[in-house]
Amino acid sequence: MDILGSFALLLAFLAAVYAVLAGIAGILTRRTLVTKSARNAGMAVFVLVTVAVGCLEYFFFTNDFSIVYVVEHSNRALPGFYKFAALWAGQEGSLLFWSWLLSIYAFLVLFLNRKRHPELMPYVGVVLAGVQTFFLTLNNFVATPFRVLAGPDGAGVMHLAKMSEGHGLTPLLQYPEMVIHPPMLYLGYTGFSVPFAFALAALLGRYPGEKWIHITRRWTMIAWCFQSIGILLGAHWAYAMLGWGGYWAWDPVENASLLPWITGTAFLHSVMMQEKRGMMKVWNVWLVFTTFMLCILGTMLTRSGVVSSVHAFAQSSIGSWFVGFLIITFVVCFAAYWKNRDYLRSDNQLDSLVSRESSFLFNNLILLAACFAVLWGTLFPVLSEWVQGSKISVGAPFFNKVNVPIALFLLLLTGVGPLLAWRKTSFDALKRNFAWPFAGGVLTGIIGFVWGFRDIYSLLCLILGVFVTLTIASEFFRGARVISSRDGTNIFTAMGELTMRNTRRYGGYVIHFGMVLVFIGVAGTPFNKDLQKEMGVGESLRIGPYTVLCQTFDHFDNANYESDRATLEVFKIGKSDMLLFPERRLFHASQVTETMVAIQSSPLRDLYVVYAGRSPESGKPVIHAYLLPLIKWIWFGGIVVVLGTGLALLPNRRTALVLRPATERSWADAIAEATPAIGAAARRVEGHD
Amino acid sequence: MNARHKFLIGSGIIVATLLALAYVGFTQSKTYYHTITELSTLQGASLHQRMRVSGNVRAGSIAHVAGRVDFVLTEQGRDLPVSYVGRDPLPDTFKDGAQALVEGKMLPDNHFEAEQVQAKCASKYEAAPVGTPATAQPGQTSMGAGARPSGN
Repeated sequence: MDILGSFALLLAFLAAVYAVLAGIAGILTRRTLVTKSARNAGMAVFVLVTVAVGCLEYFFFTNDFSIVYVVEHSNRALPGFYKFAALWAGQEGSLLFWSWLLSIYAFLVLFLNRKRHPELMPYVGVVLAGVQTFFLTLNNFVATPFRVLAGPDGAGVMHLAKMSEGHGLTPLLQYPEMVIHPPMLYLGYTGFSVPFAFALAALLGRYPGEKWIHITRRWTMIAWCFQSIGILLGAHWAYAMLGWGGYWAWDPVENASLLPWITGTAFLHSVMMQEKRGMMKVWNVWLVFTTFMLCILGTMLTRSGVVSSVHAFAQSSIGSWFVGFLIITFVVCFAAYWKNRDYLRSDNQLDSLVSRESSFLFNNLILLAACFAVLWGTLFPVLSEWVQGSKISVGAPFFNKVNVPIALFLLLLTGVGPLLAWRKTSFDALKRNFAWPFAGGVLTGIIGFVWGFRDIYSLLCLILGVFVTLTIASEFFRGARVISSRDGTNIFTAMGELTMRNTRRYGGYVIHFGMVLVFIGVAGTPFNKDLQKEMGVGESLRIGPYTVLCQTFDHFDNANYESDRATLEVFKIGKSDMLLFPERRLFHASQVTETMVAIQSSPLRDLYVVYAGRSPESGKPVIHAYLLPLIKWIWFGGIVVVLGTGLALLPNRRTALVLRPATERSWADAIAEATPAIGAAARRVEGHD
Repeated sequence: MNARHKFLIGSGIIVATLLALAYVGFTQSKTYYHTITELSTLQGASLHQRMRVSGNVRAGSIAHVAGRVDFVLTEQGRDLPVSYVGRDPLPDTFKDGAQALVEGKMLPDNHFEAEQVQAKCASKYEAAPVGTPATAQPGQTSMGAGARPSGN
């Protein structure tokens, strides 16, 4: 089976190479048959990589410990769910997983567009196959997943070997959320290859600008959505599992996942400038190139150990392959841009600062500033070592100092942008649109300040959050009012109708609202409290409105692990609220310790309790309790963002003018009777993109 | 002054503000990385920098004292006594033999005061999630004393 797997991978590599070469040949010779064969080869890669993945999974599920990768990441007792996920637990398997997801995207893109855009698709196929060739090179020649165990016998002759048991999956990964996080993130990373391919293809083929953007919009949103989910899941896992009460540490690997998200967000917004006003063409093309290159950089940072991180201390030479690929990609992109730059000339100019274009420009500017700051901070140790010889790293204070004001300014733009008109907004429109939201924001600010809410950034976040929410609400309300007064429906049905007529815009508003919730959740951070106390039976601690009483503590042992556990009763205003069981587990097989955090979560705050250890003198459990306001808003906001993206991806419900005789009497007939010149009956018909 | 100029001026102000903030943030948090061997060669101002040092936790050296945790980091035969004074609980991976990264300052008595400790599993597979390279090299045998070859 390992031979089948290796062979399938090799064939996949050859198919990808063929897809590139035949694709180029098809473009140059303009022979459809050659192009078609290239496309088929590109699609075949998916089938072949699936076979390889299937083989590896087969080894996991049959406990075949003659394969090195299976030995390293699985054992007999591992539950099936984790055996499946062990596929992406290590370098070789996760690179294979990456290739697989990439091949799925490539297959879908080629298949769904097989009868469309015949001038563009050959180029897209070549680019996608090129990216696949790189990853398949790694799969086949650098990090092979099908290495078999072998050992010398007494005479020094090598024989195939097999272990009776594997090392098992790291306990830290045996958590459902941790298992979903990599696939989501990978779907994001690989997904950004699609808009990249289309952008580069459009540039090479000099395809009309707005068309390629229209085609890729949905793909970009899908990739962006997966990336967002991946980042949030990672943050939630860190929060729930690591026991330090935080969810983001500006760790290099975390930053690596954030960078393409930032440029992807900028891209999703600036394309609107190109669609509506033919502006920012050069900018958009380079944004999407950068997003893709940041994805490659991201996976390189994670795997190469170039920057030290809690996630990866190991050194690996695989980094140089990625650097090589990055250089090739940049050269190709730049060459394509330079050769075709006249095709990217802008149709229009910026007319006024008080316009939607301006808000998009500022949006892009500060998102790029954030991206640059995070990139700079992450790579600083590498750069400082080159220049100065000493490794200097920067920590959370640097990232927060720059990114918090950026985030607040972004929040402001989120409220202001949609309410500004294209080209130039009149002063009357400004007054009309902004009066209520502005008043609401200021009022919230005054109330908050009087109430003792003094941290300036949190206060600003609250004010802006209310401001943005009111602008979003006013957008829904205003549009719905028009529809409801015309159709006679109630305001809520009208809002539904309004949304379905323009899912991108109103879905986008929902996404914005979700981001407001996330920001407000983050704004609770300055108000975090924590304290640590030794607690024997009957002792308690007070934190915020809670009194935590230690009922008992025990120690137990099972086949998998032994555990120190405390049973704590939480009282709120004298009334018993719930029981919490923070634990500290030591896994026998791996000798790894794991903290099981106990969290009592409510919309206003989380009570977060950690069993920090046993006091060496008294033997009593040491409990570390945190009070973390508004954390739940972050996760809830994330769900709203995902739902909003789903909404924005739906096709619009359209009204269409249809020429056909009216079959029933309608108001249109009445008009037609009164004005016989009008022969057509306008009817509502559902249409799709 | 047309819209484009106004935009450029606005951008300039924003970028300048961010650069100032970045500089302040940088000076507040910049941390030098030194090996234990290097520490003995540092003098003067560089001895008082905020720094990060990595090494392995010497087995048996971990001692929980009131309000702090003392241990010894070793690297290439040299030792560094460390006291962790941070509020957060130590990471689960922190134990005898683990590879650790401490961040803090050197005290005058050649003691290191750590405000942050990161630790990685000492055993052959990583405690780190996705993507870390496997320890086995191409062609490496994984035959321990107990493993036996079985006919394939």
